[in-house]
Amino acid sequence: MSGHEQFGEDLTLYALNVLDGEDRAKLEQHLASCADCRLELEQLRGDGALLALSTSGPKPPARARARLLDAIAKESAAQKTSMSLASPTKTARSWGGLLGWVAAAAMVVLAVLLWNENAALKQSLAAMSDETAQATRELEDLRKIAAPILSPQAQRITVVSLKTPAQPQGKAFYLRNRSSLVFVASNMPQLPPHKAYELWLVPPQGAPIAAGVFKPDARGSGTIVNPPLPSGVEAKAFAITVEDEAGVPHATTPIIMMGAGE
Amino acid sequence: MSRPERQTISPDLAAVTAVKSGDQRAMAELYDRYSSVVYAVALRVLGDTMAAEDVLQEVFLQLWRNPGAFDAARGSLGAWLAVISRNRAIDALRKRKPETDIEDVIVSVEPDLASEADRSRAAEKVRGALGAMPPAQRSALEMAYFQGLSHSEIASKTGEPLGTIKTRIRAGLMTLRKAFQT
Repeated sequence: MSGHEQFGEDLTLYALNVLDGEDRAKLEQHLASCADCRLELEQLRGDGALLALSTSGPKPPARARARLLDAIAKESAAQKTSMSLASPTKTARSWGGLLGWVAAAAMVVLAVLLWNENAALKQSLAAMSDETAQATRELEDLRKIAAPILSPQAQRITVVSLKTPAQPQGKAFYLRNRSSLVFVASNMPQLPPHKAYELWLVPPQGAPIAAGVFKPDARGSGTIVNPPLPSGVEAKAFAITVEDEAGVPHATTPIIMMGAGE
Repeated sequence: MSRPERQTISPDLAAVTAVKSGDQRAMAELYDRYSSVVYAVALRVLGDTMAAEDVLQEVFLQLWRNPGAFDAARGSLGAWLAVISRNRAIDALRKRKPETDIEDVIVSVEPDLASEADRSRAAEKVRGALGAMPPAQRSALEMAYFQGLSHSEIASKTGEPLGTIKTRIRAGLMTLRKAFQT
């Protein structure tokens, strides 16, 4: 029964839950690594228990028993997912009657809880419907804006100076914080079969990043809409090369068109 | 003192095992066996029947919800319940949140005192030892145990040095241990 003598007195106090402050912290630290002291602690708690067991007094009131068993039965009934009110058997004695009442009471409690939950859910649903209607309206607005740019039926006219022949050109609209990119090209020369123009996002440092491919239509127009891009990349410039029509991760031909921000 | 051989499962262990599977009758059995002890301790600490009844309720509800917290290998459900009751009562007395989870409380008492007779005999021995103790020692022990006063609080109450109080409390508890073991 050896503990460490220097902790002996503190252990006793700790066992009785009356050690506090720095002494307590020190002891707890010691206990974490000392099995002997932990064992002694259990023994000391046992000794303290003797004190508790030596108390005598009046018996608790009868209602306390009923109160406890009631509470237990309620908790037990609430935990069961399905409740069947079985008819009392001989061995169940007075339990069947008590359980019947308690189960009924528990059902009422459950019903009220479910009613409240239902009301709360209906409220949430109404709020969500409002949000959805709002989102739908915004989407409509955006579609109206995007349609002339993106729709194949839209007319595309590039206005250029009369003095010079029509040049191939492209305009990139890039929203960095959403990694959102729309690119519109016009007057692009036709390409051999199996080839396409590839767009590149040129960051301030590092290699250009592939940003989609397009093949010009008969009039030389093409678009790229929201190609997959790494998030939040700064675009110093955009550039175009000619590549295989499926696109490549790194440019294989020299840049033929390039532009920096306006 | 070596642990007596047990041929059969102790009635306490059987009941706690049944409680683990939600047996409410086993719970009632444990209540009938130990409610007096739990109530008496709580009442001794709190001096108020309503408050003691609340502690009684709380202790047995905790046992119902978490029967696994009692480690049967270490014996004496009665001692364990008595300690929990005392701790909860002290917490209520000093109006603080429970300092320990019941799972953290491991109490070693042999033999397991499951019978009323065993417990009466034990209580007699302990009361005898308390009576024979030097008054200052007994009062320090009781102040710590039933009032939950810290050693520094007892020291300032009695005007005695801290070291003396610590020594008295330890000596008092050792006396009880010896008395119980003989």
